[in-house]
Amino acid sequence: MLIRLLRKYLRPYWSGLLAVVALQLLGTIASLYLPSLNADIIDKGVAKGDTGYILSTGAWMLGVTVVQIVCSIAAVYFGARAAMRFGRDVRAAIFHTVGGFSAREVAQFGAPSLITRNTNDVQQVQMLVVLSCTMLVAAPIMCVGGIIMALRQDAGLSWLMLVSIPVLIASIGLIVSRMVPQFRAMQARIDDINRVLREQLSGIRVVRAFVREQDEARRFAEANAALTRTALRAGRLMALIFPTVMLILNASSVAVLWFGAGRVENGQMQIGALTAFLTYLTLILMSVMMATFMAIMIPRASVCAERIGEVLRTESTVVPPRRPVRQVHTRAELELRNIEFRYPGATTPVLCDISFQAAAGQTTAIIGSTGAGKTTLVSLVARLFDTTAGTVLIDGVSVRELDPDLLWSRIGLVPQRPYLFSGTVASNLRYGNPQASDEELWEALQVAQARDFVEAMPGRLEAAITQGGTNVSGGQRQRLSIARALVRKPEIYLFDDSFSALDLATDGRLRAALRPQTANATVVIVGQRVSTIADADQIIVLEGGRIVGLGSHEELLESCPTYLEIVQSQAAAEPAA
Amino acid sequence: MSDRSVTKPAPMPTMTERTRPPVRRGFGGGPWGGPGLPAEKPMSFGPSVRRLLGRLRPEGPKLLAVIALGVTSVVLVVIGPKVLGRATDIIFSGVIGKQLPPGTSTAQAVAAARGSGKGNVADMLARMHVVPGQGIDFSALRTVLAWALALYVGSAIFSWMQGYLLNGVVQRTIFRLRAEVEDKLNRLPLQFFDQQPRGELLSRVTNDIDNVSQSLQQTISQLLSSVLTVIGVLVMMVVVSPLLAVIALVTVPLSILVASQVAKRSQKLFVAQWANTGSLNAHIEEAFTGHELVTVFGRRREVEQVFRERNDQLFEASFGAQFVSGIIMPAMMFIGNLNYVAIAVIGGVRVATGAMSLGDVQAFIQYSRQFTQPLTQVASMANLLQSGVASAERVFELLDAPEQDADPVQPVIPVASRGRVEFERVSFRYHPEQPLIEDLSLVAEPGHTVAIVGPTGAGKTTLVNLILRFYEVDAGRITLDGVDITAMRREDLRSQIGMVLQDTWLFGGTIRDNIAYGNPAASEEEILAAARATFVDRFVQSLPDGYDTVIDEEGSNVSAGEKQLLTIARAFLADPSLLILDEATSSVDTRTELLVQRAMAALRSDRTSFVIAHRLSTIRDAELILMMEAGRIVERGTHEELLAARGAYFRLYSAQFRGAVDAADESAAQPAAAAPVGLR
Repeated sequence: MLIRLLRKYLRPYWSGLLAVVALQLLGTIASLYLPSLNADIIDKGVAKGDTGYILSTGAWMLGVTVVQIVCSIAAVYFGARAAMRFGRDVRAAIFHTVGGFSAREVAQFGAPSLITRNTNDVQQVQMLVVLSCTMLVAAPIMCVGGIIMALRQDAGLSWLMLVSIPVLIASIGLIVSRMVPQFRAMQARIDDINRVLREQLSGIRVVRAFVREQDEARRFAEANAALTRTALRAGRLMALIFPTVMLILNASSVAVLWFGAGRVENGQMQIGALTAFLTYLTLILMSVMMATFMAIMIPRASVCAERIGEVLRTESTVVPPRRPVRQVHTRAELELRNIEFRYPGATTPVLCDISFQAAAGQTTAIIGSTGAGKTTLVSLVARLFDTTAGTVLIDGVSVRELDPDLLWSRIGLVPQRPYLFSGTVASNLRYGNPQASDEELWEALQVAQARDFVEAMPGRLEAAITQGGTNVSGGQRQRLSIARALVRKPEIYLFDDSFSALDLATDGRLRAALRPQTANATVVIVGQRVSTIADADQIIVLEGGRIVGLGSHEELLESCPTYLEIVQSQAAAEPAA
Repeated sequence: MSDRSVTKPAPMPTMTERTRPPVRRGFGGGPWGGPGLPAEKPMSFGPSVRRLLGRLRPEGPKLLAVIALGVTSVVLVVIGPKVLGRATDIIFSGVIGKQLPPGTSTAQAVAAARGSGKGNVADMLARMHVVPGQGIDFSALRTVLAWALALYVGSAIFSWMQGYLLNGVVQRTIFRLRAEVEDKLNRLPLQFFDQQPRGELLSRVTNDIDNVSQSLQQTISQLLSSVLTVIGVLVMMVVVSPLLAVIALVTVPLSILVASQVAKRSQKLFVAQWANTGSLNAHIEEAFTGHELVTVFGRRREVEQVFRERNDQLFEASFGAQFVSGIIMPAMMFIGNLNYVAIAVIGGVRVATGAMSLGDVQAFIQYSRQFTQPLTQVASMANLLQSGVASAERVFELLDAPEQDADPVQPVIPVASRGRVEFERVSFRYHPEQPLIEDLSLVAEPGHTVAIVGPTGAGKTTLVNLILRFYEVDAGRITLDGVDITAMRREDLRSQIGMVLQDTWLFGGTIRDNIAYGNPAASEEEILAAARATFVDRFVQSLPDGYDTVIDEEGSNVSAGEKQLLTIARAFLADPSLLILDEATSSVDTRTELLVQRAMAALRSDRTSFVIAHRLSTIRDAELILMMEAGRIVERGTHEELLAARGAYFRLYSAQFRGAVDAADESAAQPAAAAPVGLR
């Protein structure tokens, strides 16, 4: 996976990488040349006290050094640029892929894990590329150079390399392969840390109110200890690599001397060749050491690459149609035909055999007890999920065949949990319609009964909103969320229990103001309060994922016992208690 | 090579990119005189390094062992080639010896060599153990090579032990660092979290700490051996020739100057890299959290646009950081070679004048190579090191954030609280320029229900936040049973209070665990009792895994209403003496709500309760109604009193509940209303 990822995302920058290789080659040649200049200075200059020679050779040496430096700086330039572009592109690819996910895939990975994958995992792989470009490229060049030079000295000892290099590769391979599972566990532990912490941050008020800081600290400590344990295990294996490599290489040079001595004694080899062989072995040693430094990074990077690949390979279950229908209607007739939805592997469907029509200009209300499947129904209309059977039709076209952007542009969703983004009131309101004028925003706020409090906020439309909208109350958040949908001026409104945090009077005023705004739109309201939905054109009573009643308030009072029960319970709950 | 000299921050020159005139960009050399603008952010590389190293202190003995092992390892590494050199000598002697006619003595051979004008060979022979006529002494060679092998095995073992210990040192240090951050988060005031994007904090704990860990792990042992080598070599150089040692040392300040100039620039870029990682993480976190809205509102393009901008910024910073820090190593190599030539020239002159022997100069040149090599090595790790320090800085920044006021040293421990709450002339504002609660006083008698009503933004939630000490009052005081709540420890105070907020927060765990959150000591029976009393039991029974159903991190497998029920059960189980309810029942479906209302009424009976109320029944039952407007209590009293006063409450009541009362009266008039409700 690592290789595939590298190949795919480094390909655009191959010219840069080529430059790195060329520059490193030149730089390596220069650095291989320097030792002989060094020797010359000593042998021909210093030994003879020839200052002139020292100066001229020294100048030449400095000249070579300049070449070497220019090469390595240029190599760092191209290498770092390619590596960082690689990181940037992979991050963008992940973010883009996740953007196309349906709610199901997001839930499957979990947001914290997706976040880690998008930053930390990419960081690991990118780090590998950086170091590869600045160090690793030079290593094989030096290694190959060293081997060639060594072979030229004496082929009779080269069998030693045939032994020591495979042994070296095998032992590094053995250690590294055992590190991989540790690193896989490690990234998962980082996910855990992220998850625990994210939960603590979002629930900080509850944690503090219930005085559970200690327990939360313990929960974090567990995740922390688990991560540390894994890191320790991985680190212990890592600590083995370097000494092992050194030992094998040093043992090789001992062997070279031992066997070389025999050959020298037999006159098969010159002593100069033996020392030269040793020198080149040292060179190979250096390069392998450098490569080992990289090898340490490879296991973690490959695990990270796998995790990234998992995300990139996952296809959204909500697939955009191949030939999307782009017809535009100004009215949106909504029809659900024999809808069924079940989670994968679940025996009982969440929704079953749901059919109804919602005409433009009409309000359809959905009521039912908690867990009856109301929110799922709304999500199916917005195509956040796909149905497992049956069809959702808008103007007679299945939502699966509609251009998703077009579909969503016609929908104004007010979710059950009114989430606001960090920014300002205006930036949140313009979320679905960036072109909206200030007047339009105020209009929407007026309808959503939010004008008063926004006017009282410092900066009014420019008042700051924190992430999630935690700096406004639940009721305010709900109203801003409604205003956000209104600014979009969609043809289909989906209010998922959007009036729950409002007091009855505000609820009433809001719905009254909403009516002219939504006169030509298809409105679906999920509600709990009878008073919220009683004046809807049709009311759908959901129970256990099925429709048990469909009709107007009056009709249902007559025909639907479940509905009657709901009405009576509310009547009892309100003033009669 | 001390950290301090490299890292000492220049206090005055303003190195910030933004404050530097662009024309001067790229000018090398000394500090800019500059117009003394304060740097945006102080360069604190040095202090951060020291602080980071200070973190290793608890590992003192282990660290000493690491250093000792490092020293041993370095010594063995230095000795190794010497021993191998002896092996070469033995082979060489053998080769020479074989060429000499057997029976001659070494002295004769030397004389012969000298006689034939080969002075050098003669000198060499004189120093060697040559037995003329005899080949390589394999038994001696075997002994020497065995020694060498033993040395290498020893060195490998020491270096492995060092790595093993160091790994532990680093990981435990990082463990403590993470734990400390967690601890810190618990001491930070809520305002801090109001201002910080969640993803940014998360990035500090995951990305930054992870980066610190990697940098420490990868650089410490190398740094250690490099420093040790430098010291060792320096000692040897002084022994051989103090003059040349001084010359070699000249390059040290030069190296430091160059390295620090480069490091200064790259350090800023590294700081920017990790800051940008944080802001990118914040954006990703927010986009993924609000994924559904991003999709339906067709904001993917815009969200990706912001992502692209921040991603590009991250690219720019990290590319710049890598590139600039990558200059250090070649620069050091250049200085090293410069040094080499200088020593060669001066050495050559001294040899010519006979002031120094050739052997000494040769040895010296070797040492000077060994001297600059570790320096280059350290320089080559500059990027890792600097990046790690930049991350460490961000973690320290978090650790240094101002904390909430400490709990009193001698806290008053509330005993069997009766639950009398009194606000005495309390003032509070979130923003200094924006008054919210001004000079507010009220008394809640034990066991009473206080209903807080009023328009949104009137300060209702703030009022209860103050009781919980989520925020501290700016003036006045709040007392519980006559004790100033600031005289208690926060946890003692809060353990008296049960809370159900609008935001239903559940953690990723089983339903049982989530209920038990209210009271970890509760028995299974108590949990079940609480679940039954709050009608959680009903829906849990319908779940395939019952109480063991795991609530996923977004809580998407239970509906909002069910979540609300769980939070009520949680508060129920906590069995507090003071209750705070914030429109808690608003998204529970209405049939369940009635039962919850009853359970809540029972729960409230012996307890002082503050209810941010929307339900008429709650309000009517309340002993005290506080009508709030714009941070003030405009009216207070019972339902009847306030209705009779025909003021703000009356208007609110008429607007909000009149209709509901009429509608309800109608349906209540129907005979079926008397039937048991809600249960199926």
